[in-house]
Amino acid sequence: MQFLRQLWIVFRRQLRIALRNPAWVIIGLVQPILYLALFGPLLVPLAGTFGADNAYTLFVPGLLVQLGLFGTLFAGFGLVAEWRAGVIEAERVTPASRTALLFGRVALNAVQLLVQSIVLVLLSFLFGLQASAPGIVLGIALTVLLGAACACFSDAVGLLSKSENVLAPLLNSVSLPVLLLSGILLPITQPQWLKTVADVVPTKHIVDGIRTVFTGTFDSTVWWGSFWAVVVFAAAATWGARVFQRENA
Amino acid sequence: MIQVEGLTKTFTARRGKEKVEVAAVAGVDLHVDEGEIVGFLGPNGAGKTTTLRMLTTLLRPTAGTARVAGHDVAADPVAVRRAIGYVSQSGSTSPEARAGEEVVDHGMLYGISRAAAAARARELFAQLELDGLWDRKPGAMSGGQRRRLDIAMGLVHDPRLVFLDEPTTGLDPQARANLWGHIADLRRVRGSTVFLTTHYLDEADALCDRILVIDHGRIAAADTPDALKRQVAGDLVQLTVGAAADVEPARAALAAAEPEEPPAVDGLHVSARVRGVAGRLPTLVRRLDEQGIVLAGIEVRRPTLDDVFLTVTGRSLREDA
Ligand SMILES: Nc1ncnc2c1ncn2[C@@H]1O[C@H](COP(=O)(O)OP(=O)(O)OP(=O)(O)O)[C@@H](O)[C@H]1O
Ligand SMILES: [Mg+2]
Repeated sequence: MQFLRQLWIVFRRQLRIALRNPAWVIIGLVQPILYLALFGPLLVPLAGTFGADNAYTLFVPGLLVQLGLFGTLFAGFGLVAEWRAGVIEAERVTPASRTALLFGRVALNAVQLLVQSIVLVLLSFLFGLQASAPGIVLGIALTVLLGAACACFSDAVGLLSKSENVLAPLLNSVSLPVLLLSGILLPITQPQWLKTVADVVPTKHIVDGIRTVFTGTFDSTVWWGSFWAVVVFAAAATWGARVFQRENA
Repeated sequence: MIQVEGLTKTFTARRGKEKVEVAAVAGVDLHVDEGEIVGFLGPNGAGKTTTLRMLTTLLRPTAGTARVAGHDVAADPVAVRRAIGYVSQSGSTSPEARAGEEVVDHGMLYGISRAAAAARARELFAQLELDGLWDRKPGAMSGGQRRRLDIAMGLVHDPRLVFLDEPTTGLDPQARANLWGHIADLRRVRGSTVFLTTHYLDEADALCDRILVIDHGRIAAADTPDALKRQVAGDLVQLTVGAAADVEPARAALAAAEPEEPPAVDGLHVSARVRGVAGRLPTLVRRLDEQGIVLAGIEVRRPTLDDVFLTVTGRSLREDA
C-alpha cells in the first residue's frame, strides 16, 4: 500500500510536468503519425514478398516495437537532468522506497507508450489494417512491457553514469543492432547467419509474437514472444530496482 | 541526537591515468545533543558535505559508525530518513515543476497527507517570504528564492533533526537574517535539533550553540563560539598613524603594552594582540599623546571565528571562502 502510494506520488509528479509541456504532448502524438505516413508507402509494396496478405498487419507490429524501444530508451536523459537538479537526491533522503522512485517514473513512460500505441493502431485502421481485437490488446501489452523494460534499463544506466555523454553512445550502440536484428521493419529472411544471430535477440521473438497475434493466431510463436517480453521486463526491473536501492548513488 | 565515531569516507578519483584515493572525511568523531544548533565550519573541500551525506544515508561510510536520531545509519537507514530533514548544498527541485507542488509532493513522500503537507507548505512559503510564488516554476525563480524553496522542501515534514548544507549561500543580507530567525525558531518553537554547515563566521557565531571546525576531513576544534574565541589570545589592537616617521614610535608604544607577540607593521598600520586591552588602552593612548604622535585611527577588534580558524588550522578562512 505504502509502496503504491509512493509510486503514485512520483508518477503523478512526472505526469504533471510532462502534460504541462505542450511540445512533449504534440511530439508524442505526432510520432506515430509520422511513422505510418513515412514508413507506410515504403513498406507496403514489399509486403507481398514476405507472403503477407495485409501489408499493415505485417509492419504495424514492427512500428509498435520500434516506438516502444525508441521512446523509452531515452528516459535516462530525463533522469540525469533530474539528478543534476538535485531532485533524485532529495527523493532518496525521504523514507519512500527507492524502488518506487524508479517505478513511478517508468510508469509514466509506460502510459505515454500506451497512448502512442493506441493512436498508432487506430490510425492504421484508417490505412487498411485488419487485425483481431484480442491480438491487438496482447500486442500492445507486450509493447508496453518491452518499453517499461527499456525505461528501467535507461534510468538505471542514467543513475549509474550520471552523464549524458555515457548514456548517448551506450544507448545508440544497444538500440541500433536490436532494431536491425529484431526484424522490426522487415522480417529477416536472408542470409542464414543473420537469422541465426537474430534468434538470440529476445526482441526478435517479441516482434514475431506480436506479428502473429495480430492475425488472430495464438500459437507457440505468440507464447514465446510473450515469454520473452516478461523475461526482459523482469530482468530490467530487477536490475533497475537494485541500482536504485544502492546506498551510494 | 547524533553520535559519530571514526567516520571516514575515501573516494577513488582519477588524476590523469592513475587512480588516487581522496580522503574526504578522515576519522570524524562528533556528538550533537537534542535541541542543539551546531555549526559545521570549514573551507571548501574540508569534507562538510561528505559528512552530511553520510549522516543522511545518501553515502555509505568507508569506516566508522554513526547513530542519527537513535538509529544506525548503516543498519536502519529508513528509520534515520524518517526522522530527518535535509537541505542539500545544490538544490532539490526540478526547474520545470511548480514550486508549491514540489514541496507538497516531497512532504507526501514522508507519508503525511496531502492536506497536511499543503497546509505546512503554505505556512513555510509565508514564513520564508515566498508568497505569490506557489505556482512559479523553480527555473523562473531567482537564486535566493530557489534557495528558500529548498529550505521549505527540507522542513515540510517537521523533522526532529534538520541538516542544512550552506543554507544561506546566495541570500541577500535581509533574507539571511530572516532565515537565521527561522532556524532559531525551529528549536524554540518545535524543539528541533539543527546541524548546519557554513563558511560564514558571523553566521556560525550568531546562530550556533556549538561550532565544529573541520579541516582536511578532520575535526580541528569543537566548542562554543565564545570558548573558541577565548582560545585566541587577546584582542587585536590596530593603530594607524598619519606619517611614516610616526610608525616606529607607535610600534615601540604598542610593544610596551605587553602584547602577546611583537607588533606587526604594515605600511602605516601597526597591530598586535593584547590581553586585557581595556586596562591598557588608556596608558597606550597617553604615551602616544606625550610623544606627539597623531593617530589617524585606532581599532580594537574582539577575536572573530576567522581568528579562531587561523589559530586552529594555521590558515585564514577568508582566503579560501
Ligand atoms: N564523488 C566524489 N569523488 C571524488 N572526490 C570527491 C567526491 N565528492 C567529494 N570529493 C572530494 O572530497 C573532498 C571533500 O568534499 P566536500 O564536498 O565534502 O567538501 P565541503 O566541505 O562540502 O566543501 P564546500 O565548502 O566547497 O561545499 C573534496 O576534496 C572533494 O573534491
Ligand atoms: Mg559542501
